[in-house]
Amino acid sequence: MTISIPPTDKVSLQPKGLLRYLSFSLDHKVIGIQYLVCGFLFYLIGGLLASAIRIELTSPMSDFMARDVYNQVLTLHGTIMIFLWIVPVVNGAFGNYLIPFYVGARDMAFPRLNAVAFWLIPPAGLMLISSYFITGAAQSGWTAYPPLSITSPATGQIIWILSVLLLGGSSIFGGINFIATILKLRRPGLKLMQLPMYCWAMLGTSILVVLSTPVLAGTLILLSFDIVAHTGFFNPALGGNVIVYQHLFWFYSHPAVYIMVLPAFGLVSEILPIHCRKPLFGYTTMVYSIMAIVVLGLMVWAHHMFTSGTPPWMRLFFTIATAFIAVPTGIKFFNWVATLWGGRISLNSAVLFSCGFIINFVLGGITGVALAQVPFDVHVHDTYFVVAHFHYVVYGGSVFVIFSSIYHWFPKATGKMLNENLGRIHFFITFIGFNLCFAPQHWLGLNGMPRRVAEYDPQFTFVNQISSFGALLMALSTLPFLWNIFHSSIKGQIAGDNPWEGLTPEWLTSSPPPVENWIGEAPLVTEPYGYGQKDELLELEERTEEVSERAKE
Amino acid sequence: MTTSTKKIEESASLQAVHEEETHGDHRLFGLIAFLIADGMTFAGFFAAYLTFKAVNPLAPEAIYELELPLPTINTILLLLSSATFHRAGKALKTNQAGLCQRWLLITASLGLAFLGSQMIEYFTLPFGLTDNLYASTFYALTGFHGLHVTLGTIMILIVWWQSRSPGGRITSKNDFPLEAAELYWHFVDGIWVVLFIILYLL
Repeated sequence: MTISIPPTDKVSLQPKGLLRYLSFSLDHKVIGIQYLVCGFLFYLIGGLLASAIRIELTSPMSDFMARDVYNQVLTLHGTIMIFLWIVPVVNGAFGNYLIPFYVGARDMAFPRLNAVAFWLIPPAGLMLISSYFITGAAQSGWTAYPPLSITSPATGQIIWILSVLLLGGSSIFGGINFIATILKLRRPGLKLMQLPMYCWAMLGTSILVVLSTPVLAGTLILLSFDIVAHTGFFNPALGGNVIVYQHLFWFYSHPAVYIMVLPAFGLVSEILPIHCRKPLFGYTTMVYSIMAIVVLGLMVWAHHMFTSGTPPWMRLFFTIATAFIAVPTGIKFFNWVATLWGGRISLNSAVLFSCGFIINFVLGGITGVALAQVPFDVHVHDTYFVVAHFHYVVYGGSVFVIFSSIYHWFPKATGKMLNENLGRIHFFITFIGFNLCFAPQHWLGLNGMPRRVAEYDPQFTFVNQISSFGALLMALSTLPFLWNIFHSSIKGQIAGDNPWEGLTPEWLTSSPPPVENWIGEAPLVTEPYGYGQKDELLELEERTEEVSERAKE
Repeated sequence: MTTSTKKIEESASLQAVHEEETHGDHRLFGLIAFLIADGMTFAGFFAAYLTFKAVNPLAPEAIYELELPLPTINTILLLLSSATFHRAGKALKTNQAGLCQRWLLITASLGLAFLGSQMIEYFTLPFGLTDNLYASTFYALTGFHGLHVTLGTIMILIVWWQSRSPGGRITSKNDFPLEAAELYWHFVDGIWVVLFIILYLL
């Protein structure tokens, strides 16, 4: 069945200029930027909370915050960074901006659902943060394990559950939209295996979102019954079973790690080939690795529960399954290195952040394989080793890629270039600060410092201070970035349509792109990574000419 | 070329583009993806219930055998309603708006009958929401399903009102709302069958 679209003046219905970013806009590019800016504001708040945690931990006693305030701060930090910054930005922001270009469509499959998905986020985030000021925020960490979450103050916990449910809903709507757009909205003639890698990453991620997020929603509804109606699902005092909560929670929250990092994999696969003028190495293996990660990612959740009395067969199964994930991930890692190998690399900020990602992620990946081994995990469970591993994956992995992508696509979205020197300063301070902050935490964890507590054994003071100094650098690194964005969007050098000479479709239109992406028909890009071939430049010129000719017609 | 003329040309060419282009209708695809997600919520509940049953056995005196007659009638009501909804869809396709509306009304009353009989069961059961783990899971599962039936019944009534002829928006040419409600209703029925087997028969 087809629907013909009546001619609309949708274009004029939307407010012009900056106002449209505050409107219920249906344009996927506007929604993408809404996601990005909104997510970044929450990142700043989450970063302030992280700074508060690191200030508290410069001394062994809890002298900066009361202990229960510390619990609230760490819960808010985790929840904000995961549900309001990384998940919405790597999926919602870049997904919305890029996927319609990549499939050759004028918008997402369901533009209204798309806008609804975005507008669920600000209220959920504000509700979560306001709980701190009104009644005290949740205190049971982002995992909200019962019985802790049942016995800690109820109001904050219920507000936490409500906002996570809203954010989960937003994520599911987004996921449905991406699956429909990638599978159904491809322009005629474009085959699945010709899509840029980010489409595959988003397809895999969206499958994970659609399959696992509802389970979290159901679990949190049961948890809220335990808190409000005093049922006993997860309350051992009433005959309930806490382990069932852990299973259901990690059935979502382990895939959630892939929801945060798979899109980042996709983005890196877009950025590297352009800047080192080589085709992406091993396209087909990349696609299969993504799908393998999706399948395996749904089968490894109980490796978070090795100390929860899991039976030996379960430990064995989940150790092996987890170790298997290292294979597709390793394939992707080697493919990126092979893409860089022998390329004409321009070491700009985007590439620096991508390379930073590769380095950090391999470290986070190695500690991940280590943590999958039961004897080792039992030793370091709930210590700073886990904190270090996790931040290497999501900060060193996803957040580095977010910055890389901002440097890469800022010229497309605004038509202005970012300042390279400021970008390099930003990278080096972030990279040094990040490693200074989190590398020592491996040592802390191995030596037995537990996570999530405001006080610790005085023998760990010095190493904690090094870590806090690293956190200070990370906080400072935001300043050159913010100045760069602010200054360049006003006085930046004009970028032109295709500053990086990219071949993927988003570069084959003006910067910023027109409302419906292309004037005239969408270009058919069957070889998105055809760099470094002799006729590459010629081909590029031809294509650009073709597009501009169509525009004239 | 000044910006304003460029803008005018742009929007003119956009209109031209819109006039020629047709998109496929992907709403059904989106709905199916949503139903898969919704089904995963139930899958989580079922998994929780089965695990509770396996690892947290109740004391023998607390175990209560659920009565079967009423839920069996409920199952028949829902399966019948799926069939009547299907008839309504067929009637709409052959442009028989009146017949379609009649079948829809029958479907909605079957849905309401299901909800009523579920209520009767709730009031006659000897256990309450917080009595024990099984009681809680029983009410959570049937309640969550009942919520789906309630929403579905409201949808059917909206479809019924909108398929009136003349004046309704749902016609044989624009039958997506009916098709979507029908798919959702079959989904809710399917979930009930699984729920019936797991909760009452196992």
